[in-house]
Amino acid sequence: MKRSNAKKKPGTGAFRIKRSLFAGPYIVWMAIFILSPMLLILYYAFTSDGSFTLEYLRAALGWDYFRVLLDSVRFALYTTVLCLLLGYPVAYLLSRMKKSTAALLSVFFIVPMWMNFLLRTYAWKVLLGAFTNILYTESAVLLGMVYNFLPFMILPVYTTLIKLDESYIEAASDLGANATRTFLKVVLPLSMPGVVSGVTMVFIPSTTTFAISQLLGGGKTMLYGDLIYMKFITEQSWNAGSALSVILLVFVLLSMALMKKAERGASEEEGDRLW
Amino acid sequence: MVKRLKKFFAGTYLGLMLLFLYAPIVILIVYSFNQSKTLGNWTGFTFDWYVQLVQTPEIMDALAVTVSVAAISSVVSTLLGTYAAIGLYAMKRKTRVVYENISQLPMVNPDLVTGISLMLLFLFVGLKDGYTRLVIAHITFNLPYVIFSVMPKLRQSSDMLYEAALDLGCTPRQAIRKVVIPDIMPGIVSGLILAFTLSIDDFVISFFAGNGVDNLSMYIYASARRGVNPALSTIIFVPVVALLLVVNLRTIREEKNAEIQNRKVGLKN
Repeated sequence: MKRSNAKKKPGTGAFRIKRSLFAGPYIVWMAIFILSPMLLILYYAFTSDGSFTLEYLRAALGWDYFRVLLDSVRFALYTTVLCLLLGYPVAYLLSRMKKSTAALLSVFFIVPMWMNFLLRTYAWKVLLGAFTNILYTESAVLLGMVYNFLPFMILPVYTTLIKLDESYIEAASDLGANATRTFLKVVLPLSMPGVVSGVTMVFIPSTTTFAISQLLGGGKTMLYGDLIYMKFITEQSWNAGSALSVILLVFVLLSMALMKKAERGASEEEGDRLW
Repeated sequence: MVKRLKKFFAGTYLGLMLLFLYAPIVILIVYSFNQSKTLGNWTGFTFDWYVQLVQTPEIMDALAVTVSVAAISSVVSTLLGTYAAIGLYAMKRKTRVVYENISQLPMVNPDLVTGISLMLLFLFVGLKDGYTRLVIAHITFNLPYVIFSVMPKLRQSSDMLYEAALDLGCTPRQAIRKVVIPDIMPGIVSGLILAFTLSIDDFVISFFAGNGVDNLSMYIYASARRGVNPALSTIIFVPVVALLLVVNLRTIREEKNAEIQNRKVGLKN
């Protein structure tokens, strides 16, 4: 009895502190390899030869570069809309199937997410070059982007749709709604949280994509990622490149905040409908 | 009749979408057994591309780099990340939220920015070795995924287990190793698999953070203009698809069993 008490004391007294100490190595790693690199980008974006300047940031917001950002956003919007139009029906049809069939099929739609994106893009380059004449055009870039990001739309929409309570659909048809009306008034609104997170998962990576436009656009289509690449690697201008990266990061954070808000709105709406 | 027609259209649509997703890869793999150098012109079956693949030192080097970097970085990030999750979980809420937000940075950050920021750091401190750079970069971007795979399991497991182990005379380290870790093992394993697949696939971060040592993605990027040996697609896609199917089929089988069970119960009623 005495012994166990003696043993318990160092355990309980020290363990709250002790257990959090297990995160120590990670926190050190994080400070060196996550935080300090980001601080370096900020440093280069706001300085020139070590002294403070807004020159590069102003240049990054100038029309020449801002136009490229708008172009990237335009491409990302096209990609997102196409992914939604192609991906929503896939998710919907899968969700209406028998559970085990749907589980198997959905794996096949999601597996491409995990396959080397560069090789998949390269495969399209070979295909388009051999069988069509659209290689090195904007359409080829768009095709490559839709192809790469489609699974990221299917997955979240599918996940919300399978959670949808079957009885809502039955209730709607019992009350006389036809299939189209049921879909528009019941299924679609209830799947909005999935749509919003799908849009986030497609829109943000496609604004920042790099290499797809180089492989399929042949350097004719310049997206923001390619611009940053050019500043850092071709022109070796770290300050200009860092300033552009900061702008990109701010843009990404803003759009994420916007999507988060939309997501909350979408699920609140769902809540309203539930009660 | 209408129902059958509907089913037919649904099947056709899903089939077309699968074709869209898989055709380029399958065509590349088929083409890797073709004697002809041009796609769309089948002149005969051959293993020549595979022989050539083995005889190209750059590809073999890149393959070794890809697999070893994935192995090292996934194991290290799983170890670091698991202990980090345990530590973070034991912290006060406020501190934990701060650390968790910083942890999310590599997930929120565009890959491009993560890669460039690491490149700046490596140049700043003068780390030149390309292989070390790749390993560090991969550990860094894997860590948040490991932490966020382990965290939910920690939330599910009971704190009582850990305290009971301490009461029964374990040191904190023993309690973690013998009680907590076995309890959260599924989360650790899925974190490890996630980290491995992310590392094998990475291009953008490796491209910027690396220095002269190429993984397969970097090799493909560098040689895309003059053409990549199509046999490469087989050795990249087949293992990944196989791994994912094995992982997922288990869950599917469980679901199917549950369905059969339900049906039986239904019949009895």
